[in-house]
Amino acid sequence: MAVERSPRAETGPRQEMGDAPSARPPRRPVTWTWLGVVPFFTFAFLFLFLPSASIFVRSFESLDHTFTFQNILDLFQKSDIRNAYRLSLQVSATTAVGGSIFGFLLAYAVTIGGLPKTVRSFMLTFSGVASNFAGVPLAFAFVATMGNAGLVTRLLEDVAGIDIHAGGFTIYTFWGLSIVYMYFQFPLMVLVMAPALDGLRREWREACENLGGSTWHYWRYVALPILAPSLLGTAILLFGNAFGAYATAYAFTGSFLNLVTIVIGAQIQGDVLYNPGLGNAMALGMIVIMSMVMSIYVWSQRRAARWVR
Amino acid sequence: MRRFPVWSWFWFIIGVLYFFIPLVSTLEFSLRMLKGRYTLEAYRVAFQDPRFYQSFGYSLLWAAITITISLLLVVPTAYWVQLKLPKARPYVEFVTLMPFVVPAVVLTFGLIRLYGRPPLVLTTTPAALIVGYVVLSLPYMYRSVDAGLRAVDIRTLTEAAQSLGAGWGTILRDVIFPNLRVALLSGIFLTFAIVMGEFTFASLLSRPAFGPYIEEIGAMRAYTPQAVSLMSFLITWGSIMLIQWLGRGARGQQVPVGGAR
Repeated sequence: MAVERSPRAETGPRQEMGDAPSARPPRRPVTWTWLGVVPFFTFAFLFLFLPSASIFVRSFESLDHTFTFQNILDLFQKSDIRNAYRLSLQVSATTAVGGSIFGFLLAYAVTIGGLPKTVRSFMLTFSGVASNFAGVPLAFAFVATMGNAGLVTRLLEDVAGIDIHAGGFTIYTFWGLSIVYMYFQFPLMVLVMAPALDGLRREWREACENLGGSTWHYWRYVALPILAPSLLGTAILLFGNAFGAYATAYAFTGSFLNLVTIVIGAQIQGDVLYNPGLGNAMALGMIVIMSMVMSIYVWSQRRAARWVR
Repeated sequence: MRRFPVWSWFWFIIGVLYFFIPLVSTLEFSLRMLKGRYTLEAYRVAFQDPRFYQSFGYSLLWAAITITISLLLVVPTAYWVQLKLPKARPYVEFVTLMPFVVPAVVLTFGLIRLYGRPPLVLTTTPAALIVGYVVLSLPYMYRSVDAGLRAVDIRTLTEAAQSLGAGWGTILRDVIFPNLRVALLSGIFLTFAIVMGEFTFASLLSRPAFGPYIEEIGAMRAYTPQAVSLMSFLITWGSIMLIQWLGRGARGQQVPVGGAR
């Protein structure tokens, strides 16, 4: 089969093919290979790029449809919006760090921690399920766990005599939500770190020991630097995971907690900000943050691929 | 001699408790509808509600349509990229990362603003919902299919089939598809699990679906929502177990990873 190579085949389907005809004969045959990916990119263009682009454009639109920077400025200046971003970032950061540490320890325990093999496959299977168990059912599961009539609440009260809801404490707060998010956060870390930890070769440890290194030296100078990209990449993925979550928070707290996603959801249902442009700017803010998150993630994946196979 | 791995067991047990306490609590809660004893009353009530079947049926329908469109978009594209157009791979991968960059709630926002008015109105039909679900499924579907395509030598298979005189239809149906079966089923079941529990798109676009239904009865009743939540969990659990069972023994087996919801 002829391998068709032309500049046209190399560019994306929607890119301009504005190459000036080169002086070099012979002319390459026109290729239609790129037609095969047109449906996919058309779909992506219509339903991913255009909506994003429209959010971008309308972020700079004032109430009377003129150009303005005010919406972007409002993101930083209006206290309720700033608070929404701060809360979202806090929940995301807390559950990303907590989920990463706990997930890593679990992954360590079931891979090279000396536990039986059955324990490992059990943990990986369950992590696969739990990382996909999010949204409304998860919220209700935690209401049944630590809500006013939840099992843990009642057990603590009956057995230990501790009323966790005494003193006006409710679970529908920052920490309550963080505990719920952790349920789908740490399993993701387990899923990524388990193969990475498996990828640590015995020879590396032996080499370190032969050179007189201790366990501390091995982890500090060999294992952790190798694992760092996957660890960082997954932590940042967890961050994005929590940052974009809507259903879980909505079902769990209603609108008690003003996360960015909750505010945007409310803005969709009725212009609660009384300014469509500002709603767009909030959405744009999320896209910007998520773009940074994904850039770091992709970069770290490339680094991770160097060592972990 | 190795010491008994105390800390490994410690973390493992904490992990197991974190996994199971909410599930056990949900089960226990769902059984407490009648005072003083454990009954299946909540389940009986749940199964009596015609809207339970209705919303479940709708979600099944949305899932079927989403899976069909997603397969039609992803499989030919991934195959084509692998076989003829490797240069397009980074662009395709970029697109499949986009759903993470644009969270569901933001995409809904954009879709409503863009397709809620002429020239192209989608929000008055279920089309907007399906579009959202297909976008949501793209990363999982693509990754499954791509992993499947990489695992077999698709080029050699295609060329062998061609040299034996097979047309494209025969190649796809009799050569490529059987080799991709596990990958396709993984993508299908993961998409199924995601769509069946999805809340954001359906709720904000005001379409009937299982996710919003659970949320709705949660606002009205106690106990039944937990019973239905448990069923929803079983759907997820069943789908993931099926995927892992299908992919058993495969090299570099991937555990499907869900996104933010």
